[in-house]
Amino acid sequence: MDVMHKVPVREQDPKVRAHNFEEVCYGYNEEEAVEEAQRCLNCKNARCMMGCPVAINIPAFISKIKERDFEGAFNIISESSSLPAVCGRVCPQESQCEGKCVRGIKGEPVAIGKLERFVADWARERGIVPKKAEKLNGHKVAVIGSGPAGLSCAGDLAKLGYSVTIFEALHEPGGVLTYGIPEFRLPKSAVVQKEINNVKSLGVEIVCNAIIGKSITIDELMEDGYEAVFIGSGAGLPKFMGIPGEQANGVYSANEYLTRSNLMKAFKEDYATPIAAGKKVAVVGGGNVAMDAARTALRLGAEVYIVYRRGEEELPARVEEVHHAKEEGVIFKLLTNPTEILVDDKGWVAGMKCVEMELGEPDESGRRRPVVKPNSEFTLDVDTVIMSLGTSPNPLISSTTEGLETSKWKCIIASEENGQTSKEGVFAGGDAVTGAATVILAMEAGRAGAKGIHEYLQNK
Amino acid sequence: MYDILRAEKLAENIYLFDVKAPLVSRKCLPGQFVIVRTDDKSERIPLTICDYDREKETVTLVVQVVGASSFRMAQLKTGEAFADIVGPLGRPSEFISEDPETLSKKKVLFVAGGLGTAPVYPQVKWFRENGFHADAIVGAKTKDLVIMEQEMAAVADDLYITTDDGSYGRHGMVTQVISDLVAEGKKYDACVAIGPMIMMKFVCKLTKELGIPTIVSMNPIMVDGTGMCGACRLTVDGQVKFACVDGPEFDGHLVDFDEAMKRSQMYKTEEGRAFLAAKEGDTHHGGCGNCGGDK
Ligand SMILES: Cc1cc2nc3c(=O)[nH]c(=O)nc-3n(C[C@H](O)[C@H](O)[C@H](O)COP(=O)(O)OP(=O)(O)OC[C@H]3O[C@@H](n4cnc5c(N)ncnc54)[C@H](O)[C@@H]3O)c2cc1C
Ligand SMILES: Cc1cc2nc3c(=O)[nH]c(=O)nc-3n(C[C@H](O)[C@H](O)[C@H](O)COP(=O)(O)OP(=O)(O)OC[C@H]3O[C@@H](n4cnc5c(N)ncnc54)[C@H](O)[C@@H]3O)c2cc1C
Ligand code: SF4
Ligand code: SF4
Ligand code: FES
Repeated sequence: MDVMHKVPVREQDPKVRAHNFEEVCYGYNEEEAVEEAQRCLNCKNARCMMGCPVAINIPAFISKIKERDFEGAFNIISESSSLPAVCGRVCPQESQCEGKCVRGIKGEPVAIGKLERFVADWARERGIVPKKAEKLNGHKVAVIGSGPAGLSCAGDLAKLGYSVTIFEALHEPGGVLTYGIPEFRLPKSAVVQKEINNVKSLGVEIVCNAIIGKSITIDELMEDGYEAVFIGSGAGLPKFMGIPGEQANGVYSANEYLTRSNLMKAFKEDYATPIAAGKKVAVVGGGNVAMDAARTALRLGAEVYIVYRRGEEELPARVEEVHHAKEEGVIFKLLTNPTEILVDDKGWVAGMKCVEMELGEPDESGRRRPVVKPNSEFTLDVDTVIMSLGTSPNPLISSTTEGLETSKWKCIIASEENGQTSKEGVFAGGDAVTGAATVILAMEAGRAGAKGIHEYLQNK
Repeated sequence: MYDILRAEKLAENIYLFDVKAPLVSRKCLPGQFVIVRTDDKSERIPLTICDYDREKETVTLVVQVVGASSFRMAQLKTGEAFADIVGPLGRPSEFISEDPETLSKKKVLFVAGGLGTAPVYPQVKWFRENGFHADAIVGAKTKDLVIMEQEMAAVADDLYITTDDGSYGRHGMVTQVISDLVAEGKKYDACVAIGPMIMMKFVCKLTKELGIPTIVSMNPIMVDGTGMCGACRLTVDGQVKFACVDGPEFDGHLVDFDEAMKRSQMYKTEEGRAFLAAKEGDTHHGGCGNCGGDK
């Protein structure tokens, strides 16, 4: 065994997978997982745990894998995480658990994410589900939004005996897991649906097609007998650049493009929703969302560019996604910034004017500020542009709930410890509070909110 | 599922549905809309709430067949159901929050083009129920396409019907009627125009000249209807607005109609293919080139 390197994980051939929506990574089988687990040194002061936002007892679950006690491993993970099959797949491990692993000092860190995914998949395939509360405690709680924050909050409360109802605006639950992150990275029916079913099997009711702030307000929920409310409504409002030509046909927000493809399944023949796939597509941005949009466009048959104004080092996406995107043939135009979208006489995108950038002095965020290179203007020949510039929380809820304070970025103000907002009985967490972040942080915020609600209702 | 209590054909290609949707009927106000999915594989289609019954917990939707999805929807019968209905979406008409004192002194002209009659109806009805004054012009291509005439007559002060071909009512476009009424000495303090974008564009051009403030209800392509995707964006007074949350009603004199009309053509080709496939089933294969690209 080569202790310096991870046991390689089997993946679909990039040339093949660039044309289909099947999952890219196959994950470990039992033998591979046990072998990889051997690389863990079972550290006393496990640094990996400090990197995990929910402090999963990593050495303990990996030890169980070594002993081939996979159910035991699952139980240990379940103490801290309610969405392990998701987190194992989408956590930015290189900057979290694996980024801290001592193995990583000299060689490659232990493949903690892949091991977590293995355990979660193993348990799911065997139908092992978390246990339901023995009896209900008679208290009703409403949860808004069925993304990772809402699901984990609802799950924890249900385990404590609360009657929980989740209200979801879309016609399907899951939040970004359903409408944003593509099938080839996070399978919907095999993984996301099952995780949602686990939450339902705890007794949680999910009401879809219910927009809080429109269909019902928070105050009305409280009048209807919900004693506390958790807001996990995410950060779904897309940003545009404000450059000329952005209203042209063929300019999408990443949210629209991904929603059409994932939630509405535009990539499948028998679904009705159309998507203008494009022949040459520019995706503007460098985060996970941009990678997902680019790789989706590639699978729909386009030649795809990532246009990002900083350099490779600064790409905010997970390293694995950047690597996969390159393998599949996405072309990276780094240190490049769009200035105008050219429009033909029918209103369609006819190209994108860009300038080259170079990195100057560090800005407030500590990253080197990109500045325009003189006389570097050129036109990128594209017919579709996908803007992936980040998102902010939707003001629908904050604008219809009196007494709910928000920051100047429209984020709901809530305590990190217990989710308490400025309004009594109302808690919040996830992207709605932090702005666009990660699945694991949203999940953690959901759990903190559940704890906060439990304490609040016990002391009431 | 959202049960259909009544499905009725109003005119060629125009269908009405009364649907059970408690979360919508409890709250909705004139000017708002819902998003509907016919079945598991359908698009999310925005439709105006044309009427509602808070006790029966129903809303009334009127659908015109223009493409594959509306064609599919039109096949539904009483006793069947829609997979999803979500709402009420968008902002209610501004009149509803206007000071009743001021509004009672106003005379408002509603202008409906074609299917636009359906969304205009709840607004005129609201005027009547609250003791305010409104006239209405209903325009259609031809006699058979005039819908909801009796309902409109019951709630409008004066109702003027016009057809493009003169087969019923007055002869000519709605803009002609507006000019005629103003020439006859009628005075209007505000106008609300709802119908095809091209009609709203020309009504606005005219009312701008006549100095009548005009509100229009925009119907761009939408996906979520909650401000999440940006598909519905349009330019109003030089600023980007999302029709689903900032509208759908806007000051018609400030809307960039030419841009909006181009944007609504976005899926014309793809949808056209889907529509033919739905209508003709297996007879349409595509790719042979024999039809000259029309199919
Ligand atoms: C394309 C994409 C790729 C990503 N990739 C990664 C990744 O690889 N790794 C990672 O860790 N993170 C990733 N993220 C970020 C991560 O998905 C989010 O941080 C996380 O989902 C936030 O969870 P949440 O529960 O706070 O909100 P969301 O997942 O956004 O869920 C919010 C839910 O609330 C619903 N809602 C909103 N308003 C209302 C209302 N008024 N009434 C009722 N319901 C409402 C929404 O419809 C939605 O379903 C990605 C995000 C995107 C968009
Ligand atoms: C707020 C709002 C309220 C609406 N209310 C109603 C209503 O009460 N009754 C009703 O019948 N329709 C209404 N519409 C329009 C309706 O949503 C569209 O007609 C429908 O989406 C077309 O779907 P389709 O697949 O059948 O047609 P498609 O195949 O998508 O389109 C067929 C043709 O119609 C054009 N088109 C596409 N989308 C629209 C659109 N949104 N508006 C106008 N033309 C379009 C296309 O350019 C295409 O040529 C409303 C739209 C909005 C945004
Ligand atoms: S939840 Fe994420 S950060 Fe924590 S151990 Fe798992 S993969 Fe690592
Ligand atoms: S730091 Fe690395 S080697 Fe040590 S316990 Fe954690 S995973 Fe194992
Ligand atoms: S329909 Fe998506 S933002 Fe308006």
